[in-house]
Amino acid sequence: MDLFEYQARDMFEAHGVPVLAGIVAHTPEEARAAAEKIGGVTVVKAQVKVGGRGKAGGVKVAKNADEAFAYATDILGMDIKGHTVNTVMIAQGADIAEEFYFSVLLDRANRNYLAMCSVEGGVEIEVLAVERPEALARVAVDPAVGIDAAKADEIVAAAGFNAELAPKVAAVIIKLWDVFKNEDATLVEVNPLVRTGAGDIVALDGKVSIDENAEFRNPHHAALEDAAAADPLEAKAKAANLNYVKLDGEVGVIGNGAGLVMSTLDVVAYAGENHGNVKPANFLDIGGGASAEVMAAGLDVILNDPQVKSVFVNVFGGITACDAVAKGIVGALAELGSAANKPLVVRLDGNNVEEGRRILNEANHPLVTLAATMDEGADKAAELANAAK
Amino acid sequence: MSIFLNKDSKVIVQGITGGEGTKHTALMLKAGTQIVGGVNARKAGTKVVHGEVELPVFGTVAEAVAETGADVSIVFVPPAFTKDAVVEAIEAGVPLVVVITEGVPVQDSAEFWALAQSKVDADGNQVTRIIGPNCPGIITPGEALVGITPNNITQKGPIGLVSKSGTLTYQMMFELRDLGFSTAIGIGGDPVIGTTHIDALAAFEADPETLAIVMIGEIGGDAEERAAEYIKAHVTKPVVGYVAGFTAPEGKTMGHAGAIVSGSAGTAQAKKEALEAAGVKVGKTPSETATLLREVYAAL
Repeated sequence: MDLFEYQARDMFEAHGVPVLAGIVAHTPEEARAAAEKIGGVTVVKAQVKVGGRGKAGGVKVAKNADEAFAYATDILGMDIKGHTVNTVMIAQGADIAEEFYFSVLLDRANRNYLAMCSVEGGVEIEVLAVERPEALARVAVDPAVGIDAAKADEIVAAAGFNAELAPKVAAVIIKLWDVFKNEDATLVEVNPLVRTGAGDIVALDGKVSIDENAEFRNPHHAALEDAAAADPLEAKAKAANLNYVKLDGEVGVIGNGAGLVMSTLDVVAYAGENHGNVKPANFLDIGGGASAEVMAAGLDVILNDPQVKSVFVNVFGGITACDAVAKGIVGALAELGSAANKPLVVRLDGNNVEEGRRILNEANHPLVTLAATMDEGADKAAELANAAK
Repeated sequence: MSIFLNKDSKVIVQGITGGEGTKHTALMLKAGTQIVGGVNARKAGTKVVHGEVELPVFGTVAEAVAETGADVSIVFVPPAFTKDAVVEAIEAGVPLVVVITEGVPVQDSAEFWALAQSKVDADGNQVTRIIGPNCPGIITPGEALVGITPNNITQKGPIGLVSKSGTLTYQMMFELRDLGFSTAIGIGGDPVIGTTHIDALAAFEADPETLAIVMIGEIGGDAEERAAEYIKAHVTKPVVGYVAGFTAPEGKTMGHAGAIVSGSAGTAQAKKEALEAAGVKVGKTPSETATLLREVYAAL
């Protein structure tokens, strides 16, 4: 999960990374109050989880509280690359003498961490990495050791900091490592990391991505979720412990296992090419144990999507045999009653498939069509969705 | 022959007394796996009974290995305890550790992987191979199952299969059940995994009983692209590929922590192109992939 800048700032502060004052505001009035509280020059910063907000007009320097009010009025509600600005951060104005760059992130390919650091910060780091790769130091970090004093010294030396700055920056890097490690982050990035006129090293901006798998040992992370951005159906699915992603299409998809469901989306999209270009409406993985309750919860989410015109249930009976899955579908339809109002195409394969199909045939539900293969099921579901469009 | 696992493999189950551990121990025994015991520190000295089979529960992996000669461990413990369990198996020098657990924090995986890499034998080879986490495990049909793959959907045969996904693995095993498989490995879809596509490809290339290889990938990362380079340089056996997630939107996690597309890197299309450039035939769907495999197999 990516965090907002203000959440990253708060996290930095909690781990002793030097930051400037910053207060969140949701209305221009709150922005004015925040600017008054901070005093002096402030910066009104749009809080969106996308880059390029400065260019989009989402960051403005305010000389006083009235200006902060005016800029917040402009910025709140603004659309930046499809992200609506619901929140701004009023940040203390900085006296910037120099700008640097630092990040530490998970390196999937090498199965370790990578620290990157440059004395040329403030620019787009992707551009720097391509145009002047020698200006961006890259130092591998052993997950078993992390960034200790020696590693931090190695990083600042590789980046080419002078003797005066090197120890100051290294000290901040160790604090940023604390954030990465203790918050189970997969990315901590500071751009720019600045030297102020007074000679202090300060993190002026922050990007943090945290690992949701580690929430069990970081219970405070649950509060960082952006409830405003969550699709209502996604929220409903999450509450039912379902792995659901809303997409923009007409064929609802339910399957077991992430890979099979992703594959089902593809097969439905290909089939849609022959049926009025209908597309998959969602990703929904009900996992290995496709019980009646889970199937009912999944169908309930999908049938509540007004865009959905047909549903394709694609289950490969592995550990959970097909007869149990079939019973789950029949039970789910009974439980949903008249709320089940869209045609269902069901493809079952794998363990006990004959018995599974027999159960569905016997139930003879008017909305259910059985398909022999994944391809056939996708085609039928696309056809039904197109017919109902 | 097979890769990594055969009928002589002696297996211990870490988490043998838990719900998943109990269920899958029974299924693995049914598949013919030589399970020799389990580990649970709080139940050391007790036994678990599965039909005719009585399995001893040990307090530590080291003890279990010393007593039984186990050379494989399968890990079913919950995510919060997975790192400690895997570390224990690595410290005990277990040659193969299969981590089924889903939802392991990626820093934990990175840490146990770093430890595994640091333990090498006199020849400099890594002592412990890890498969997973968040994977369905490994099956050598007719010989042994160390994982949660259904045992009865396929049979022994000449195809080697390596896949990021569980149910997609089953789907492919089912599509090609008449040909059968030497070994099928689900390597898992997490950002940090032990055994990679490349490791499996190298082993299948060296295995005389594997005649053709199916490789299943999905969006996210660049493992498939790197596998493509490896295939071009090192694999002489025919490889057929499939990549799930052509229609997946950017920036959304699709179930597997690794299955997220950011920008242009990691898309299914990029992976398909890289594989095709390496001479791998890539199917658009699982059924088309099975058809392609049949074609290359018939031409052998």
